This record gives sequence, structure tokens and C-alpha cells, in this order.
Amino acid sequence: MSVTDRPGLTGGADPAERAGWAEHPPRMGFFTDTSVCIGCKACEVACKEWNAVPEDGLTLTGMSFDNTIGLSASTWRHVAFIEQQAPESAPGRDRDAGGDAGGDAGGAEDGLRWLMSSDVCKHCSEAGCLDVCPTGALMRTEFGTVVVQDDVCNGCGYCVPACPFGVIGRREDDGGAHKCTLCYDRLGVGMEPACAKACPTDSIQFGPLDELRERAQARVSDLQEAGRTDARLYLEGPDDGIGGAGAFFLLLDEPEVYGLPPDPVVSTRSLPRMWKHAGLAAAGVGAMVLTAFLGSRTDVR
Amino acid sequence: MSASQPGTNPARGTNSGPAGSNGGRHARNGRGRGSGRGGEQFMVPRAEFRSYYGRPVIKEPVWKEPDVPAYLFFGGLAGASSVLGAAAQLTGRPGLARAGKVAALGGISVSTVALINDLGRPARFHHMLRVFKLSSPMSVGSWILSAYGPAAGAAALSDLTGILPAAGVAATAGAALLGPAVTTYTAALLCDTAVPAWHEAHREMPYVFAGSAASAAGGFGLLAAPAREAEPARRLAIIGAAVELTAKKLLERRLQGRAEPYQTGRAGALLRAGEILTGCGLAGAGLSRRSRAGSAASGLALLAASALTRFGIFEAGRISARYPEYTIVPQRERRTVLEAGTRTDADAAAVRTGRR
Repeated sequence: MSVTDRPGLTGGADPAERAGWAEHPPRMGFFTDTSVCIGCKACEVACKEWNAVPEDGLTLTGMSFDNTIGLSASTWRHVAFIEQQAPESAPGRDRDAGGDAGGDAGGAEDGLRWLMSSDVCKHCSEAGCLDVCPTGALMRTEFGTVVVQDDVCNGCGYCVPACPFGVIGRREDDGGAHKCTLCYDRLGVGMEPACAKACPTDSIQFGPLDELRERAQARVSDLQEAGRTDARLYLEGPDDGIGGAGAFFLLLDEPEVYGLPPDPVVSTRSLPRMWKHAGLAAAGVGAMVLTAFLGSRTDVR
Repeated sequence: MSASQPGTNPARGTNSGPAGSNGGRHARNGRGRGSGRGGEQFMVPRAEFRSYYGRPVIKEPVWKEPDVPAYLFFGGLAGASSVLGAAAQLTGRPGLARAGKVAALGGISVSTVALINDLGRPARFHHMLRVFKLSSPMSVGSWILSAYGPAAGAAALSDLTGILPAAGVAATAGAALLGPAVTTYTAALLCDTAVPAWHEAHREMPYVFAGSAASAAGGFGLLAAPAREAEPARRLAIIGAAVELTAKKLLERRLQGRAEPYQTGRAGALLRAGEILTGCGLAGAGLSRRSRAGSAASGLALLAASALTRFGIFEAGRISARYPEYTIVPQRERRTVLEAGTRTDADAAAVRTGRR
């Protein structure tokens, strides 16, 4: 049975419920705590292995240790590497203050620090990709996640520019859209996603979203108290432009530094207005033709 | 923050990053990326944006050229031509009616073929009709097309062959009722994306498309209809061209600095060429009442202008997706306002909730 989301024009209720799942498990998600990411890319590898995602370039990009550049049809976990001047206030400049709480990998002596972050599909509460999919290939699972049904997708590509995070892509070879499934197959048998399983530092944490949100609040408070004033949560609550994410992050700098949009808004939120204007403009076509003929009445004979 | 920080801001103040290679673009809103050399410290801070190695935040549309702009143009031509053709039939202008119906059939055929050809898996085009989703302009459009296409086809075939005239009338009426929707749903389709230039223009885009479609249909009428019946086509061409030009001006005025993708580079050149041709076609249509050749040339100019508009709008969207500042700068401003004012700023909050 395929379950398609109701038109994503409203927020609020649990996404699985909104999609028509009468009974469903709690919403599951990821909390990616980038303050303990060591850039090992085990998540990238585990994801490829488990999901049989094809190789998509092992190039030297010149972007620190980043080989995969960004999320795409064939990169469902992407580790970003940022080499930057540590801010004066950031305890990353001082090994002691970072201590247990921070685990900062940057070299303190030269004032540089190294930020690493494993990016993934956000499994938005209001998912643009799912809203615009014309075939019903993208669906909301009972876990509240968003997956592509490959046997339904006709490769129209609409989901690709609809995603405010640039997550989903279309593969050249098979013509279909692909992205992270939050390991739907593993979730179904009570296992955690491959990336979270492989993560050696628990930077990637998997669990019921409510629990993760509490854990994240506690973690960011701890970091703040330890002097890491640059620690912040991203997409942690339901008040943002996507109704909150199923996969959210603890970051040490502004989102755009990691390649993430600072204030994403799903375009479907303004779709009612777009339909209104499209309707008015369509009526305008009729009016234009009418005007053209009214003025021409005398010219017929 | 220094422009020389590695990793955080390669798109600014250096000529080497991926975005730095994009020459010839203006500063946005009088700010945007500076024109400084690498490592230069600005005394007055420019509007900075930070990004991940100048990489795009969103994905550029995978839709191909010329498929998708052609789909937009021919769909618009078809939809407006159906209305023109039906009105011509109603007012006893069989030549203009036939021109409208033929343009509709030809236009919607090319449009549909272009759309299917652009699919990653064309053999599955019928999957579009598995579901109906108001939240997907492409789904709504597919259903409109699946009703409109056969109606437009039947109207034209009945007119050309003379068979089943009653069914032909019904099909003509049906196509005329659905035609306007065919011309404007594609505007909602483009604007319902995260592509900044498209999404931010969602208020004006349907009117640009409507005007562009009307001017193309009028232009085709001028080209194909007998001269004694062409007056309504001439007037439709003029009205449509005026609406298109006005809506585009309003778009640029409201977007101000954010209209840059529409004004620079290849997209800007396409749109400017379109505007010039629209202006020529508009004037030509008004002045060529006694000249068959002049009318035909004006009609051709308007058809070409309508196509150029669609190609230009398509390209502007791609550019605005390709360079991260178009995504990051407006969002950063909004986030800063919302964080500072705890959403006292109605404008920023309205964008987030979709009311703006």
C-alpha cells in the first residue's frame, strides 16, 4: 500500500498521522552532534554499503578532507570539513576549556580549528520534496520519515529544486530520484540506521525524536556552561519554516558555514497564494481575449 | 571577519573560488560580494555572506534546456490559442478559429513531448496520473493536461476534417475553458520550489506567463489567420504583450536587488532580447493593420519574444540556485531579524509562515 502525504499545507500534527497512518510508532530521527564528529566518514561508508549506493567520485576537491562535496542522489551522508580561525570566545582556542565537553579537534596553537559535520536528509515535518512529487513516489513512513519508492518514481525531477537543503538528487544512470531513507528497512526490524551504528563517537544519534530533542537541549546547555558559547542547535524545534526536522544538528558556527540554509522555508507554505495568483492570471487570459473581441466587433464585416 | 579566512568565505574577496569565477555580476542590494582582492580588509564591512566553499545550498534544477522552457512556451501558446480559437468561432471568424485550434493542438503536442522527454524515466510518464495532489503543481498540471490535450486535439481535428461537428464544438468549448489554466499553472510549478529567483517572484510570475501566452497566441493568429479576421488576434497580441511587460516590470520593482538573476548574464540577455522583441512586436502589431507582411513579422516577433521570456526565466532560476548568496543572504537577514526581535518583525515572520 502506498501512503501519500495529504497536501502539506498545514503544520502541527505528527507527520505520520497527517499522512494517514492511524497507528504508528513514535517519530524516529537523527540528532547529529557535530561537536564530537572526528571526520572519519564511517557514516558515509556504512551508508553506501548498507544501501548499495553507487560510488560517485573519489576526487580531491581542495575542500579540506571533503571528497564528496555535498549530499546528492548517491551521497546520503556527507561529512563537511571546515578549517577556520577559531573565534576569540570559542574555547576551541584553549584546549583546557574545551576539555571533555568539547572534544575539539582543532590545533589550538595556531588559532585554527577544524569543524566537521555529517550532513543528512532532514526528513522535514513539512517536506517540500514530498509535497511536490506528482507520482506519489515520495511518501511519509510510519516512522515520520520521508522515502522515495523507486518503483514509482518517474524521474520528473520536481523534488530536486523543491528541497530547501539541496538533499535529493536524480541519478544520471537510472533517471530516478534518490536520497536517505533513514534506513527504512532497518527501522522496520528494530535496528538503527547504518550511519548511526557505524559512528564511533556517537556524533550521530538515532532514536525517538522527542527523546533526541531533550538530549540535544541538555547537550547544548552543557556545552554552553562549559564555555562553548558557539554551540547551537539547528532545526531542533517545530517553529521553523519546515515545521521542524526529523534530523537536526548541534553546530559550532552558523548553518551556512556548513552549507546549510540559515532559515529554510518549505515553498509549499505559500502555495495557496500561488494558486490564487495562478487562478487570477488564468481568469486574466479569458479577460484579455474577451477585451480583444469586444473591441473588434465592428471590424468583422 | 577577515575575507582571508579559509573555508568559511571563499566566495568573497578572492577570485579563485567556484563562485569567484563568475564574473560580470553586480553587487546585490548595493552590497553582496565585494570587489576586493584576496586578503584585503575592508574598512567598512560589506554585507558578507558565508558559505561552504562557495558551494550551492540548494540543488540546481535537473530540468533540461530546451525541453522545459519549450514546454512552458508551447503550453502557453496552446492554452491561450484555445481561448482565442473558441471566441473566433463564436463570433463567426472560421479562419482565426482554425488558426487558434491548430496552434493549440500543435503547441500542446510539442509541450507534452518536451515534458515527457525531460523525465528521467519517460516510459513511466503515466505515473503522473497515479495520484492527484493539490500540493504539487505538476500533479495538478498533469491532470489539466490530460483533460485539455484530448479536447484541444479533438477540436482541431474536427475543424480540419469536418467530421463530428457537434463534438467539435464541445471540444472547442472544453479546451477554451481549460486553456487559461494551462497557461498559468506552470508559473505555480516553477515558483513552488526553493529556487530563489522563482520562488520570490511567485506573485507576479503567473501574470507574466498569462501575458506572454496571450501575446504568443495573438502573434500566431496574426501570422496564420486571414487578414480580414485577424483584428482580435492583433488586439490580443497587443494586450498580452503589454501585460507581460508590465508584470515583468512589477516583478523587478518588487524584488529590487533580488531581481539580479533576471537582469544579468545570459538570463538577463535573453529577457532583454525578449523585451525588445515584445516592444517591436507590440508596435508592429499596432501599425501593420494594412500590411500582411508587417502583421506576420509582428506575429513572429511576439512568438519569439514569448519563447525568449520562458528561456530567460528558466535560466535566471538556474543561476539563482547555482550561487549560494541568493539563498543565504535573504535567509540570513530573516534569521537575524527573527532572532533579534523575537518575531516582532511581521515581514520576516510572514515569509516563514508562507504568508509573504
